Amino acid sequence: MSEPIVKEETSPTEAEATTAVHADPVAQATAALKERYPDVSDDPRQNFTGLMVPAEQLLAVARTVREELGFNYLSSVTGVDLIDDNKMEVVYHTYSIDQQGGALVLKVQVDRDDPVVPSLTPQWPGADFQEREIWDLFGIRFDGHPDLRRILMWEGFEGHPMRKDWREAFYEEEHKPFGSRWPGGNVYRVEEKNPYGKNVQYPAGWTPDGQEFDVDATLYQGMSLVREHNPTPNLKTEKVTVNLGPQHPSTHGVFRLVVTLDGESVVDLKPVMGYLHRNHEKIAERNTFIMNIPYTDRLDYISSMSNNHGYVLAVEKLLGSKVPERAEWIRILMVELTRIVNHFWAIGFLLNDLGAFQTPALYAINERELVLDFFEATAGSRMMCNYMRFGGVAYDLPDNVRAQPTMEFLQELVHERLPGAVDELDRYLSGSEIIRARCVGVGYLSPEDAIAYSAAGPVLRASGVAYDVRRAEPYSYYEQLEFDVAVRHNGDIFDRYMIRIDEMRQSIRILEQVLPHLQATAGGHIVDGKPQYAIRVPGGDAYGRVENPKGELGFYVIAKQRSSNPERYHVRAPSFINLTPMGLMLKDHKVADIVAVLGSIDIVLGETDR
Amino acid sequence: MYGVGIVKGLATTFKHFVDSYLEDIYWLTRGGRYYNEEAFRHRQSLKTRGAITVMYPEEKLEMPERFRFVPFLVTDEPQPGEKWGHDWCTSCGICAKVCPPQCIWIVRGKLPNGRPKPEPEQFYIDIDICMNCGFCMEFCPFDAIKLDHDYELSSYDRTSAHIHDKERLSKPISYWRAIAPQKAAAEAAARDLAEASKGKGRQKGDDTPAPTLAEDDVRQLFYRGL
Repeated sequence: MSEPIVKEETSPTEAEATTAVHADPVAQATAALKERYPDVSDDPRQNFTGLMVPAEQLLAVARTVREELGFNYLSSVTGVDLIDDNKMEVVYHTYSIDQQGGALVLKVQVDRDDPVVPSLTPQWPGADFQEREIWDLFGIRFDGHPDLRRILMWEGFEGHPMRKDWREAFYEEEHKPFGSRWPGGNVYRVEEKNPYGKNVQYPAGWTPDGQEFDVDATLYQGMSLVREHNPTPNLKTEKVTVNLGPQHPSTHGVFRLVVTLDGESVVDLKPVMGYLHRNHEKIAERNTFIMNIPYTDRLDYISSMSNNHGYVLAVEKLLGSKVPERAEWIRILMVELTRIVNHFWAIGFLLNDLGAFQTPALYAINERELVLDFFEATAGSRMMCNYMRFGGVAYDLPDNVRAQPTMEFLQELVHERLPGAVDELDRYLSGSEIIRARCVGVGYLSPEDAIAYSAAGPVLRASGVAYDVRRAEPYSYYEQLEFDVAVRHNGDIFDRYMIRIDEMRQSIRILEQVLPHLQATAGGHIVDGKPQYAIRVPGGDAYGRVENPKGELGFYVIAKQRSSNPERYHVRAPSFINLTPMGLMLKDHKVADIVAVLGSIDIVLGETDR
Repeated sequence: MYGVGIVKGLATTFKHFVDSYLEDIYWLTRGGRYYNEEAFRHRQSLKTRGAITVMYPEEKLEMPERFRFVPFLVTDEPQPGEKWGHDWCTSCGICAKVCPPQCIWIVRGKLPNGRPKPEPEQFYIDIDICMNCGFCMEFCPFDAIKLDHDYELSSYDRTSAHIHDKERLSKPISYWRAIAPQKAAAEAAARDLAEASKGKGRQKGDDTPAPTLAEDDVRQLFYRGL
């Protein structure tokens, strides 16, 4: 029978009780599905969760899951290359917004040589970018997808890099550690082995003779340039396509938006990403489990602590680790501080995008400096924290931060500085008529669309959907903590700004509850098990998800029996998926609103492009 | 009334503006707010108001003990005439194995009879690749590799200057004691405890039971960042 992903890291009995409560919807839905579709069966592999669905029944099953069983939120879609069985697999994680709880996981396996899976995008638009990513990286075609182009690599790229048999130009070995480093290691630089010009591989018989594939032809083809009706028949007018980016200060990084404009109004908008793509997932599959922790820092580099948390939760599910109490409290402390830092940053830069250059941004990140100093004193680094470990955290809190005892520093920070800064920001910005004029009613996303487009985090909650992973499927000690899921109902830029203020206040509320626990557990253990650098993991799959400041961050990890490297590692990146509804939000808005809407989504390109 | 929100916002900006001068005035007769050690310490505390600018490079932030930057190798104090002291590193290769970007290369030393010598012959770190994660320090069983506090590494040529060899990497233990006194002391204590529990260095005929060190304690010491 299919189980939801059960969290094992907390010992209190309440956690077990909740798991039982949460298990119900998934178990019921599983039973209902099996009764209705006799061909649907449990994943037969040991320690794997989910339901196997035949490819030809996928559309019908998905419709049932979505419309009848209430699992209306398609959170994650990802591919798996099962090279040993000569199969390709697509894994869907669906959640119920109303019933909350765990995931109903659907899996489809198809032949590896000609993998075709029916596309869920027509009924679940949130699958759009994710299916394109799978096509791009795995070469699985999605039948019925309206715009199946590559998304992270460029059109004309040869091969599908996440396939197990695809090798990078600087390929050394299948897995780290590489044998060349020790005992006879002689240093060389990658560019010596692959000098510039030879660091690319061309398919046989292909020469770069200037007749290359036009990488953007298919993109522009999809954008309609024909006017349906011309308001000024005497003048010859046409729509124009404009590129914003990739080098543009308001795109928050290297990111491009292709916009078709009718006058000043947006007719069609397509994000183009991948300029910062480094194939994080491929690197991760070469890495051992522990090596991935510092790499996750570099996804959403504003909130590295939360990234660590999501990844260690996924691996802890595989390992079955028990996290000591103190470690859990420290984790919550770090993650909530990260959320505050991230929201300060998001608001500051939203104001930058609106034209209030630098001043609000600098006021907003003033307190960030203090928090980062605390991170530096604790973890050793301000942004690339690399702080969490499987079964705990790396180090206990330090004695002093900025020449002040740590607990005293934290008390002052949590009780005075942070609330003061949030209140000041609220006073400073929320009432401003200019901000209201730019934000209220702009970039509207309805609750139905927010769910259908798999929006997550503040974007989802600003549209009136009270869904927060910390409450829906509680991890760590969130169950014991008192806080409200912030929700706003207008779904415009202003609400996406206000919800971040609300969430910061809730985070401060959580931090106030965490501090006494930190004092009570002082001196307690902070990690479970022996420190090991070569962890071997029992086989199976696990999905760890946390409420990252930007939305649901999920790590889908598959391990072979007793393996030291993940067989499959996937990041459900909120910055990436939250861009899916962007075209919808901007339909018929003015071109000047594009950067404002992008700022309100709050993306970090390190995570978008991975 | 339209415009009240803007005026309120401007009041906040004005408050920040005034704040940034209050401390300047306070420190005017006390040696100035900048380039003054006492004022700098106050500027870095939570009590400060206004600008918290650090006048780099004249003023530098004090790095916390756990601050991580590219690694160095710990050696004994060099004897007179020696370039560097005896390596603590035994070339066991754990750091090279755990390094996420694989930036460590070690050539293990060999004894004349061809058997491995517990000492590295060469040790390279490509600091362009190093991600300062600190795993090498965390998992080194001999406390032989530590992360440095020296972040001023700019150079004119990355191809040669950014590959640190053994000569560049080796620093005496006194350096580590200077930059991370608490950590260094705790590590020394843990080493002594571990040695003592193995019964090493005991006098013959000493009947007192050897102090025992539970594996659990070692682990917690280790992970406490001590």
